[in-house]
Order: sequence, then C-alpha cells, then structure tokens
Amino acid sequence: MKKVEAAMAGTVWKVLVEVGDEVTAGQTVIILESMKMEIPVEVMMDGKVASISTAEGEFVNDGDVLLELE
Amino acid sequence: MQKILIANRGEIAERIIRTCQRLGVETVAIYSDADKDLPYVQQATVARHVGEAPPQKSYLNVERILEIAKEENVDGVHPGYGFLSENGEFAQALQDAGLTFIGPSVDVIKLMGDKLSSRRAMIKAGVPVVPGSEQPVESLEEALLLAEEIGFPVMLKASGGGGGIGMHRCENKQDIENTYEQTKKRAKAYFKNEDMFIEKYVGNAKHIEVQIFGDAHGNVVHMFERNCSVQRRNQKVIEEAQSPAMSEETRIKICEAAVLAAKEVGYKNAGTVEFIMDEEENFYFLEMNTRLQVEHPITECITGLDLVEWQLHVAAGERLPLQQEEITSAGHAIEFRLYAEDPVKFFPSPGLITKWHLPSVEGVRVDSGYGPDLKVTPFYDPMIAKIIVSGETREAAINRAKKYLTAASVEGIKTNLPFLIRALETEQFVSGHYHTGFIQSMNPITT
Repeated sequence: MKKVEAAMAGTVWKVLVEVGDEVTAGQTVIILESMKMEIPVEVMMDGKVASISTAEGEFVNDGDVLLELE
Repeated sequence: MQKILIANRGEIAERIIRTCQRLGVETVAIYSDADKDLPYVQQATVARHVGEAPPQKSYLNVERILEIAKEENVDGVHPGYGFLSENGEFAQALQDAGLTFIGPSVDVIKLMGDKLSSRRAMIKAGVPVVPGSEQPVESLEEALLLAEEIGFPVMLKASGGGGGIGMHRCENKQDIENTYEQTKKRAKAYFKNEDMFIEKYVGNAKHIEVQIFGDAHGNVVHMFERNCSVQRRNQKVIEEAQSPAMSEETRIKICEAAVLAAKEVGYKNAGTVEFIMDEEENFYFLEMNTRLQVEHPITECITGLDLVEWQLHVAAGERLPLQQEEITSAGHAIEFRLYAEDPVKFFPSPGLITKWHLPSVEGVRVDSGYGPDLKVTPFYDPMIAKIIVSGETREAAINRAKKYLTAASVEGIKTNLPFLIRALETEQFVSGHYHTGFIQSMNPITT
C-alpha cells in the first residue's frame, strides 16, 4: 500500500476519484483549499485506489493520509 | 451612528476600528475560533465569538451575525471586503432587521455583482466595455462560435465571479473545450451561479480602477485612479496611486467614465469601477466592486481623506463631505500586500509568526492584522499586512519602499517580502510601464 498525504493543512474541496479507480502518476486525485487557493494533490505512481480516508468539506492537517493506493 | 458591528476580521477590522475610535463610534468585533488571539479582538469596544474557523461557520454565517448585531443593539454593520461585503442577501437581511448596511443599496449590489448585468448597465450608460457576449453562453458549441467571432485569445468568465476566481484565458478552441465544463462547475460551486460569458482578452493591459463615492442625494464624486497591474493568479500584489505612465487626458476621461457608471446605477457609498486599458490607452469597463477595496489606503494617502469616515457619514444619510472640485491629489503612494506565501511559487504558507518587524515610520503606513507569536491559519486569505509607502514623487516613494522593505522582516512563515523587493528593482516597475503580465515576465527569485 502507498499512502498519499496532504502536503499542507487545508479543507478538502473535491475528491476526484473513487475506491477501485485506476490512477496514473501525476494525476490529480484531490483538491485541497488553503488560504483561498486550490492545491491539487497528485499521485506519484500508477496504482488502484484502495481506500479514501477523507471527504469533501473535511479539514486536514499537513501529513494526514488522504488515500491509499495498491 | 453610535455603535457598529464589523462583519470581518484581521487587518480591515482593525482599520475600521481605528476610524470609529477617532469618531467616538463604538465597535462590535466578531471572531472565529481561529482568530481569538488577533489584535482586533482586543481593540474593539466589544468582541463576540461568531463560530468555528471555517468561514461558512463564522464570517459567512448570516443568521449568527444578525443575532449578535441585534443582541448588541448596533445601528449599522460594516462588512469590510471579501466575506459578505458584496452579498445582496446579507444586505437585505440587515435591512429587514432594521439595521443599516454600510455600503450601497441591495439592488445595486445585485446588479453589479453579476458581471453580465453590470456589462449591460454600462453599455446603456455609454461606458466602453470589453467586446464580448451580452447574454450567458448556453453551451460549449455557442462558446466556441462566439470565441471565433470575437477572436482569440478570449477570457471565459463566470458571471458571478470575482477576486480572480472563475476565469480562464483561452488561446484557442482546444482551451475552451478543455476548460468550459470545469469552469462552469466551479462557478456553480463558488458563486451558486453557473452562467458563463466570453470576453476578448486584452493583452499587455493595465488594470486601472477609479475610486468613486456616492450619497443618497444623487451626488457622485471620484477620488482619482489606482494602477493595480502587478497581479499573480489575477489577484493584486502591488498597487499605486496615481497611475504612472498614463496621459492626463486619459486620466480625466477614465475618472469621468467611472462617475458616469456610478450615476447610471444610482450608486451610494464607496465603490470602485475597474477598467482594463490597452497600450494605446483605450480603456474598457471590467467590473464594479461595491465595497471598500483592500487598496483604499493609497487613495487616502494622496487625497488626505478617510474613506471609512465617509462611509459612515453616507450610511447615516448625510451628503458627501466634499464636492468634486474640493478633492485634490498630492504626492504618490504605493501599497505592497504582504502575503504568507512562498515568494517564488506563491504557494500558501500558514504557520506561527516567530518574528515581526514592520515598524510604523514616517511616510510608511502599516495596516496589519497580525503580529509576533500569532498563528496564520489556512482558513482565510494569505494577506497578513499592507505596507503603504508615500512620497512627494513616485521616485521618492520607490526609494523609501526599497529601504523599508529591505529592513522589514517576518519569520516563522514564508512571506512574499523577497518578491516585493525584487519587483521594485526591475526596470519595468521603475519605469511605470508595466502591465498585468509583469510577474510572469520577471526573472525567478533565486535566493
């Protein structure tokens, strides 16, 4: 399993994938909003979304796990 | 007015409190969980907790703000900028509750809050507008057709947009195809209005805006223009008044156009008419901001007026304190927005401020909402201070700014201070011949 973490604190604005989706390296999977700016969260490797541990509207801290890839 | 509630936070709340204290008006500050330690909370006559940190649960919570306003028995509500300042429903709710909204009328907020309806009003007034659609585009196909007619590049814009959000520059058909649905979805999410329109993109443009003021007796004046062309992500970073590199003839014309625009809609209180101006000094109406602007201090510096004081007078039903011929301009002023962000990538940088050295010295006004040992949270705008530098001439203001910014320091978080200093050293800025593509054209900061 590969964890995808938030690079900074913010509110989850959009979750763009679902469990089971195939993703490719560089793909934006979540958009965070921090200080009125949209921060795209990209995956670093190809894989399949195994779990999503956040939801739209939720506040996350730097380092929080957002989703896991298998 | 004896007592007002400030429906805002940080820097602008402090700014409003300052004028109210001078005038003997009591203030009610509201604060979220994230802001309880900020200086404005202590400075107000009364401070009331409004809710949790996210804006939807605090500074955008109309019901709660109304409740506090009634409990505190205030006469009026000053919305500052951002948050509810251009929200017609909020102004209406206050009016229904018998409270004065310190700003324009509900109808005008709604009319000018929609970019399409404001374009139509300006066309009617005879104010030049950027070539584009007058009705919402109904489909991708229509957007493509219109863009072909207008000619690329074009701007795809959300009708309800603002603050640099909800707009995309499209170089060709492919760009429109790629961004149309996404921009529409965001427009709906952000502004609850998915209407889109297309406008000609004006290249190498200057962003010029005129400060206007109206009263309930039909009087409208302007307070000259500001140049706000230093922008990143369509948001302003440095502004100056008056605009350099602009003929006196154009200055007169653009200020007259702004007054015409305000008269057309029966504007009262403080407002700003924004224009885009091309290299031949042709200018076109962009939008009208129906509130006090972040950059209002530079207008205050060159005119010697207190805009918040004028707002309170006008909201109380009084006539404008001065007539047009009595409003004069002297010297030059430049405002630098200090952002909690990476100076190279302009990426947000929340955190704890460990050192804060922004002294108030002669010729420099610092409007700030923060200080040492305070936390900048990810919930709100990254602007932590405004540094407003004045001089008898533009050159004197630039020299003073270089000296001040070089000596200033904020530590613990990243700030754009190195960027501001770098911008001042460029030939483009010093010459005054810069345009909205200025930041993109600068060499990257390597330190």
